[in-house]
Amino acid sequence: MDGAAMLAELRARFGSDVVETHEHRGDHTAVVTREALRRVLAWCRDEPSLAFEMLTDLTAVDYVKYPGRQDGPRFEVVYHLYSLTHNHRLRLKVRVDEDDALVPTAVDLWPIADWFEREVWDMFGVRFAGHPDLRRLLMYEEFVGHPLRKDYPIDRRQPLIGPAS
Amino acid sequence: MAQTTQREFMLGEGSGTGSGSQNLRVGVGPAHPAMHGIIRITTELDGEVIVKADVEIGYLHRAFEKDCEEGGYNNAIPFTDRLNYVSPLINNFGYCAAVEKLLGIGVTERCKYIRVIMSEISRICDHLTCIGASAMELGAFTVFLYMIKAREFLWELVEDVTGARLTISYGRVGGVKADLPDGFAERTAKAFKETREVLDEVHRLLTGNRIFMDRMIGVGALSREETIAYAITGPLLRAAGVPYDVRRAQPYDVYDRLEFEIPTQKDGDNYSRYLVRMAEMEQSMRIVEQALAMVPGGPINVDFEGRPVDPAWYVDRGKQGKTEGLLLVPITLSPNLLGSERPAHERINAHDKRVVLPPKETTYGSIEGLMNHFMLIMEGNGIRPPRGEAYVAVEGANGELGFYVVSDGTDRPYRVRCRPPCLPPMAALHRMIEGEMVADLIPTFGSVNMIGGELDR
Amino acid sequence: MGLGAFFTSKLDEAIGWARKYSIFQYPFVTACCGMEYMATACSHYDIDRFGAGLPRFSPRQADVLFVVGTISHKMAPVLKRVYDQMTEPKWVVAFGVCTCTGGFYNNYATVQGIDTIIPVDVYIPGCPPRPESVIDGLMKLQDRIAAQAQRY
Ligand code: SF4
Repeated sequence: MDGAAMLAELRARFGSDVVETHEHRGDHTAVVTREALRRVLAWCRDEPSLAFEMLTDLTAVDYVKYPGRQDGPRFEVVYHLYSLTHNHRLRLKVRVDEDDALVPTAVDLWPIADWFEREVWDMFGVRFAGHPDLRRLLMYEEFVGHPLRKDYPIDRRQPLIGPAS
Repeated sequence: MAQTTQREFMLGEGSGTGSGSQNLRVGVGPAHPAMHGIIRITTELDGEVIVKADVEIGYLHRAFEKDCEEGGYNNAIPFTDRLNYVSPLINNFGYCAAVEKLLGIGVTERCKYIRVIMSEISRICDHLTCIGASAMELGAFTVFLYMIKAREFLWELVEDVTGARLTISYGRVGGVKADLPDGFAERTAKAFKETREVLDEVHRLLTGNRIFMDRMIGVGALSREETIAYAITGPLLRAAGVPYDVRRAQPYDVYDRLEFEIPTQKDGDNYSRYLVRMAEMEQSMRIVEQALAMVPGGPINVDFEGRPVDPAWYVDRGKQGKTEGLLLVPITLSPNLLGSERPAHERINAHDKRVVLPPKETTYGSIEGLMNHFMLIMEGNGIRPPRGEAYVAVEGANGELGFYVVSDGTDRPYRVRCRPPCLPPMAALHRMIEGEMVADLIPTFGSVNMIGGELDR
Repeated sequence: MGLGAFFTSKLDEAIGWARKYSIFQYPFVTACCGMEYMATACSHYDIDRFGAGLPRFSPRQADVLFVVGTISHKMAPVLKRVYDQMTEPKWVVAFGVCTCTGGFYNNYATVQGIDTIIPVDVYIPGCPPRPESVIDGLMKLQDRIAAQAQRY
């Protein structure tokens, strides 16, 4: 199935739960609501004509300083799916606010989501409901804050030993 | 006390082994002698069998993604070198391809070939290091010495082209830094001859070696389904029997014009991974040889009205301000800027003044060139892709290497995400080692080829 | 000079000479510089010619700590622990700009020079340093070992 058809199918099937779809430079993207996210992900994986066996990537973007989007939902959690069977890709997104940064987990759909979600929690402070063990992945436990947020200064160090310089 | 057989003791079953009472917890790493790379594995042992393992990473987190947001688009290239520092060229080109996709520009034919050639050389280096290091950890030190010897020959090629051995920063958005030097094909042929000899020797040393086989076959295996569910790509996926390779599935550059095979195995254990890597090196050499034969545009002829020009003369004229007409003559500044002179520059870089820095002669020789350079370098100017986002995947040495770049229309990337190919296998490492002996941890970890810079970013 | 003092100084020299050619290094390899470290240790550059060929992967058996590659704040306590575990006499080599000053990386995750944590004897700059400069650094360390007052 080509990208445009995939997006049309998603819209037809999930109706108003698909907030927005677009195509940019050949990448097809659908933004879905948080409530529908798990249904959409599961459908993408199990529907034979899509068959997204792989969650290639899961990450987030902090839009707080993006021109024109400062007031919208702060975070976007981005899923990149790939199908080995059909050799096609799709990008799914879900938008969440800062004070309600909670997204349902995908660990039971793809086990790799475990680490990816831990990384997103570590770097952005977006939590995943239902994740079995949401610890930091890259930083240490003593670290305060989430470094990839746009308001975390790049040089704010929190050393375990030695001077803070 | 009843006699405990050795096997029972190892499995923690007999008496006197503490069986039934409590498992032993052993921490491996982050600085462990038999592991290249810093991760920490907390294992729970029953006798000598790993019951449970918890892998902790992040000891080499260097804020790659944050650093990229701080500078212009081209400023991120040195950071990409240090992601997978064993095959930095592939990272360079992957990142550049993502930005080019955002900009909607293509690169020249010659540049595509150069990217393919350099990527494949890098891939060979990566596999050599991986096999060498993991063989060393199994006690085969000779193999390590041989492999590094071969890598040194390849690094000499890399140095010829890029000027550096390891941290090369050779990719540019819209092209590459410099053209291939003269005589590159012959030197490649020589280096490949040496490499093939080494591979041959290693085959004889390892492939049929009893000890090596015993420690690798059936160890660290992961089923096909689980490999896919963990989104593992690259040699590990191919060792499990899935012929997925980005170069074939979604060809970029000129991979669709080249002939190569995708080696696969079916067992998904350490030995299969070793065989896949060994076979891939040969395929990479094949690709380079074909690409070198097909690359358009021959060697660069240095001439000015038929005469070779002394670069010192050219620079002197420029300093005195006698630049009129110089913009048009095809002269070069070699040897100082080997491979980045104007004729070569135009062949390897996209013809887009908003993206590609002008050649040095133009920058120093004409006001237009200087302005162009200025506009690309100064803060607030530079490359400005339109708003949007792009994901590009290339085949890294460890699997699918993806770059997801978000642009907000300014000269700095809003977000650069690297999809590290060795994070998924590390996430699945506990599945590979649970139920095996402690000693099997070492070859399994070696065969995963964890590269800290890329894993922790 | 009395006879006793003469012998002590000669003994010092002899021990310094012996020590400088029997370096057991502990490579604390974390990052990219490790690739260059491998290259230096192997056949092309062969660090063995300087009596430093055998890496010892236990800090208790080593006397030179090679800190190779970026040290992050998460790794810093581990480095300190390894240094503390080494027995006297011991020396530290900072390999690559990351360990010298933080170099290439200046952000929330990285330590700005390992000398904020442990004492350093020789700094080898470069990102990564070429094998030639590593060997140069090693020879500087050897001079230092030979010249210093020996304790035994
Ligand atoms: S000095 Fe350069 S090459 Fe060495 S670890 Fe640091 S960034 Fe990597």
